[in-house]
Amino acid sequence: MPSTTDPRTHHDLSRAGESVSSADSAHGGARDHVPAGWVQHENGRSDDVPADGGTAPEAGTRPDGGSTAEPVRLLDPDGTRHGDPDLDRWLEDVDDAAMLRLYTDMMVARRIDTEATALQRQGQLGLWPPLLGQEAAQIGSARALRPDDFVFSSYREHGVAHVRGVAPTDLLRVWRGVSGSGWDPYEHRIAPMQVIIGAQTLHAVGYAVGMLIENATADGGPDGGIGIAPPAAGDQDAPERTAATISYFGDGATSQGDVHEAMTFAATWAAPTVFFCQNNQWAISEPVALQSKVPLVERARGYGMPGVRVDGNDVLACLAVTREALHRARTGGGPTLVEAVTYRMGPHTTADDPTRYRTPDDLEAWAERDPIDRLAAHLSERGVLDDDARAAAQQAADDLAAELRAGITEIPDPSWTTVFDHVYAEPHAPLDAERDAYGRYLDGFADAPEEAAR
Amino acid sequence: MTDMTLGQGLNTGLRQALGDDDKVVLLGEDIGTLGGVFRVTDQLQREFGPHRVIDTPLAESGILGTAVGMAWRGFRPVVEIQFDGFVQPAWDQIVNQVAKMHARTGGAVRMPITVRIPVAGGIGAAEHHSESPEAYFVHTAGLRVVSVSNPQDACTVLRQAIASDDPVVFFEPKRLYHVKGPVEVEDLTAVRPMGAARVVRPGEDVTVVTWGSHVSTSLDAAEAMADDGASVEVVDLRSLSPWDSDAVVASVRRTGRLVVVHEGPRQGGVGAEICAAVTERCFAELAMPPVRVTGHDVPYPPAKVEGHYVPDLDRVCFGIDQALGRLPLETFAPAPTMTTGEVAA
Repeated sequence: MPSTTDPRTHHDLSRAGESVSSADSAHGGARDHVPAGWVQHENGRSDDVPADGGTAPEAGTRPDGGSTAEPVRLLDPDGTRHGDPDLDRWLEDVDDAAMLRLYTDMMVARRIDTEATALQRQGQLGLWPPLLGQEAAQIGSARALRPDDFVFSSYREHGVAHVRGVAPTDLLRVWRGVSGSGWDPYEHRIAPMQVIIGAQTLHAVGYAVGMLIENATADGGPDGGIGIAPPAAGDQDAPERTAATISYFGDGATSQGDVHEAMTFAATWAAPTVFFCQNNQWAISEPVALQSKVPLVERARGYGMPGVRVDGNDVLACLAVTREALHRARTGGGPTLVEAVTYRMGPHTTADDPTRYRTPDDLEAWAERDPIDRLAAHLSERGVLDDDARAAAQQAADDLAAELRAGITEIPDPSWTTVFDHVYAEPHAPLDAERDAYGRYLDGFADAPEEAAR
Repeated sequence: MTDMTLGQGLNTGLRQALGDDDKVVLLGEDIGTLGGVFRVTDQLQREFGPHRVIDTPLAESGILGTAVGMAWRGFRPVVEIQFDGFVQPAWDQIVNQVAKMHARTGGAVRMPITVRIPVAGGIGAAEHHSESPEAYFVHTAGLRVVSVSNPQDACTVLRQAIASDDPVVFFEPKRLYHVKGPVEVEDLTAVRPMGAARVVRPGEDVTVVTWGSHVSTSLDAAEAMADDGASVEVVDLRSLSPWDSDAVVASVRRTGRLVVVHEGPRQGGVGAEICAAVTERCFAELAMPPVRVTGHDVPYPPAKVEGHYVPDLDRVCFGIDQALGRLPLETFAPAPTMTTGEVAA
């Protein structure tokens, strides 16, 4: 495909105007022209009723695990800021300067994505899974983390990794095919990307269980378990006793057994972890309606943990709900499921062709809810995002892109010996012998003419 | 030095490991109050607490995935899989995560996880309770695989496995849980390395390589063959990955004949690897082709007919006679008969 067209917005116009079946509105409107459940009344309520025909529940986090089909939102698509006493208390320190930083973060994340996509088209990367459209979910949640928290992500969380301090070029290493991990996971406290869908949720739980054990006594926790005692109900000043972990996964992953097991284990042990599901409506070509008959957040109730459905394109709401969930985890309150309703504006990966399974109408509806435009509108309205501030954010993004371009070609190809490296942590004579034998085989070509060596 | 069962040897090893290192944590189903369905973890939760000996929900992938996360945090999880057939739900976490994590992170993240699996049949058990899945794990780079045959190894090799910075799949033959033998808590710096085989009976005419519960079967066969004029050397392989090919080849170079005995199916079994490697390394010194005495290439059968699956004294003796040229080689390895042209083509 020619690189003159951004492949992520290369619409198949021949299909324009076709009628599109409406997906279950419970899912935030995977395929609706105008996403259902998003139409706000003045009272902040949706005119949609839940799919079960019941009365519309209260919006927001429900400690009992209940939820609403309507995502929590603080910023409307036009930039209007709603007050929410439950959530605003998590944003008391988020002043104009902090919001400008969030704006810059999102600009940078998008620029990383655009540049990496271009680098893939130029043959510098084998593959790239774009995050376009998911900037607010990633930046908002990642900025809620403390340095001592630990992240277990899937393969699309470039924005999260950037916030964790991973060097831009290091984001590309695995996609260039030079290593299995682009960075030292302990330095940045984020594991390398996980390809096996949902497997990392269990790792986040296990890591959190480890933190529980370090704080447990021989008497164990509540119910003779391994946990620490939960805070008293309604205690907003409960001390944070551990760090927390967070796992990132998508709507498709919620069908995996590992995710179910992770939620079961975490809830049983009140593990200090947050399940952050980016419901971007698509698992490659499969709409979220194929994964679940109910809003994904509803699953939280079955595990006995709180669930919150948040507008994944609202960076402030994502920041607030993640901070609240992390605080609950660190105080002994156990896990939380966050469903961030967003949209994968690009292909699954650069090898994907979304025009085969969705129409431009989908993209247009969601483009109106762009996460960066929304915060920009809010900050412009407040007079914070003036031309200079916009230029500064753009400059930061462009600088980073330049760094990526310059860095990518300086990543050396690994030597053949790395194929045999680190398979075992302790000495392994048979593998050493296998490596040495292969080395002697290669040595046999050393004096041969170049043609023969091929 | 105390006489105890193999199960008690394991219990002793676990107790020692829990006491030596507070990063050692046991995970499994029914391992706490109950002490495990085979009582291998008996009393350990009472002694070390529910945060060191942890009963988990019934989900094997969840157990292994949790162990992976704990290893990320610096723990040494020891996982009990209740029965051999129940490890398959954990297959993805073991093969895709446990085995590969150290390599894919460039050595930054270690997976010192021990996966204890009761293994093999001969106990009249129900479906999925009698399997020998070792070949799957031996085929997986990044794992170490061991199988113990006596109470002392049960105690010591288990401690070595837990102390290893690599993941170890640790097979415990169910048939041996109640077999007694002397056990002492050994100094791990002064014992045989975990990967080293041991000649348990020296002999001159045939080398029998085996492990786990078939060490005793093979020793019985060696005794029987002695009455029949054959001197049989029995090698307890102990470690299946890596396996001690130097020890096996040294033995076969002396005897010129090899019999591998294992309970898992023949095709692609660990015996196939041993026979191939020995043939590669000392083809000229072999007097006969290597012989395999194994389970059949079938699902593990119902208990009433498992005697026709599990190699027993007679079948091991038969294999030794084959290696000695006293019986035709093809009895258990007949040439396939192609009955249809399209297959033959």
